[in-house]
Amino acid sequence: MVSQPSNTRRRLRFAGVAAVAVLAVVSLVATACSKSSSSGSSGGTVKAAWIYVGPVNDGGWTQAHDAGRKYVETKLGSKVKTTYKENVPEGPEVAQVINDLIKDGNTVIFATSYGFKDAMQAAATANPKVKFEMATGDSITLGQKVASNYNEFYGAGEDSLYITGIAAGKATKNNSIGVSAPFAIPEVIRGINAFTLGAQSVNPAAKVNVVWTKTWFDPAVERKSAESLVAAGADVIFSHQDSPSAGEVAKAKNLPWFGYDSDQSGPYSSVWQTAGTYNWGPFELSELNKVIDGTWKQNNYYGTIADNFAGLAPYGSTVAAATKTLMDAEITKAKAGKADAFGWYWGLADRQDQDGKTVITKGQTLTMKDLYTMSYFVKGTTGSPKG
Amino acid sequence: MSINDNLFVIIMASAIFYGTPLVFASLGELLAERSGVLNLGVEGMMLLGAVAAAWVSTNVGGPAIVVLPLAIVAAMIAAGLGASIHAFLTITLRVNQIISGLALTIFAGAAGLSSYLAGIWQLGQTPVKQQFGKIDVFGLTDVPVVGPILFHQTLLTYLSWVLVIAASFYLFRTRAGLHLRAVGESPQTADSVGISVSRYRYFHVIFGGSFAGIAGACFSLMIVPTWVDGMTAGQGWIALALVIFGFWRPDLTLLGAYLFGALSSLGLTLQARGIHISTALLTALPYVMTIVVLVVVSNTASRRQLGAPAALGKPYEREER
Repeated sequence: MVSQPSNTRRRLRFAGVAAVAVLAVVSLVATACSKSSSSGSSGGTVKAAWIYVGPVNDGGWTQAHDAGRKYVETKLGSKVKTTYKENVPEGPEVAQVINDLIKDGNTVIFATSYGFKDAMQAAATANPKVKFEMATGDSITLGQKVASNYNEFYGAGEDSLYITGIAAGKATKNNSIGVSAPFAIPEVIRGINAFTLGAQSVNPAAKVNVVWTKTWFDPAVERKSAESLVAAGADVIFSHQDSPSAGEVAKAKNLPWFGYDSDQSGPYSSVWQTAGTYNWGPFELSELNKVIDGTWKQNNYYGTIADNFAGLAPYGSTVAAATKTLMDAEITKAKAGKADAFGWYWGLADRQDQDGKTVITKGQTLTMKDLYTMSYFVKGTTGSPKG
Repeated sequence: MSINDNLFVIIMASAIFYGTPLVFASLGELLAERSGVLNLGVEGMMLLGAVAAAWVSTNVGGPAIVVLPLAIVAAMIAAGLGASIHAFLTITLRVNQIISGLALTIFAGAAGLSSYLAGIWQLGQTPVKQQFGKIDVFGLTDVPVVGPILFHQTLLTYLSWVLVIAASFYLFRTRAGLHLRAVGESPQTADSVGISVSRYRYFHVIFGGSFAGIAGACFSLMIVPTWVDGMTAGQGWIALALVIFGFWRPDLTLLGAYLFGALSSLGLTLQARGIHISTALLTALPYVMTIVVLVVVSNTASRRQLGAPAALGKPYEREER
């Protein structure tokens, strides 16, 4: 440099740096703008907090969880004060979010994404007075050591998918059903297997073609995957992610479409079939009631259709009446069972994997551990269960 | 099966469809970089454009022929406003361009301003009311091979072609384009012959930024088509790589965009046909090529030959002449 920067320029530089700093702060505030909502009064109330991975209006997973929170609020009124944090990334931030929530006086924490599990377990050990509820966690089932104030809950979404599979098996004309799936993890694999078995229960020739998108959320990739399935011959589409972009493909080609997590029928009523859905509220309500009357303990909950945890979105208008009857019959069967009974269909016959090896024998009942470790596709599925 | 159902046609048609937002975004970035300003805020500007376009399409009544152009203009304005922040910080205040650009993406991008606006405007519950659908140009859709690839795309794709041609002409065949390249190569020299460096930089950063807005609108009006938080999913960063990949030339950048588009759908298409090649590997390929290009242009002499603006990333201070 030849000349010393003048004062004006130094000031300008400073203003620039300050402006960048302000921008950064504003954006952080905008990020952390996880709106808190609360109801009820203080004193004699239990404070409960929900941690979400997405925004509350995502039209899918997080929205369903927030519906659970609202349900709890409505049912418990002034006995509960709820808060939520949305858009929390699955990373080191979670621990900080949990700590902040505990500092704010929350005594029950519901975390709703698998990636929050480690932070939840660590926080449970460090805060024995707080109850930690981890949705989709599998540590207790898999026999890993966790603190006694840490609980896990999920449910038989695959049972709903078995029933949606029936509709898919009936809807396909060329026996080729396309599934756009996120990640090759047991949760998704058992859902696809149940879906395939449901389709084959009414249409033994039905084949299910799986394409992995390697994302829970990327509208463009989801759309591409649906297009690639159609191009490969599928005439029914099931998208195992939330964004409606696969529905666009189905609508454009007028092919029956199954969604996931929620009723996405609205603009796609011409092709909408149904979706497996989760109903988190009743379980969360019963947990909070137990906290209030002091009877809470770890229970490793797995909800079913019988106890209204797992369900189906309203059927689309293009689902045939005879198909609806078949599906309703299965729902009736599921509801007639015990409240904690799930997976009535797995052992209806000997089941083979893609290589023809028998993986389930007739009459066998699968345990939660079997479900949480499922890593094979049943016969009739194309695609690799390894992703 | 007709000839238009073969793998090549399907992949090429989808490459152009999904490459379209990349063409807009990288073309805009190219204009900014040609003036010597690097703008890492592409991803954020795209999301601003996407949310603005979604708002117009959802809330403005009227026929598509009125609403859709309005939505595009709104997207351009929204992204242009974002770009003007970057322009002010880097050109007038001479802040580090990398930091300012990153700040713009964080501020405007996923879980930032764009998501905040979408929350207030209650977007994302339903698809947008008006969208860009594929059109059948001159009834040529069913022509073998080229029909589905070239004559069955959306208006946005055709607009991108017009802009690429216009930008090429502007850059290499007009006086203003010559001045722009001079500003990006050697602002001192340009200044000494009376070209206003800061005016050229302001204009191209803001105008280029508005192209990123159209790229965002491609997502919310064409690909998805609704508002979804963070819907551009990192495409803005790919656009940045494409500018380098295309040697700062509009025509090559367009080809690069389609190559990225093709490789990103190739993995899924092969998977659906039972051929297992790692999707991750295929989508990584263009980046490998980008790294190769980066290595090539890291040498000053070849940089000059390949078209990298020599003053890229450097604030211009008149006193240091």
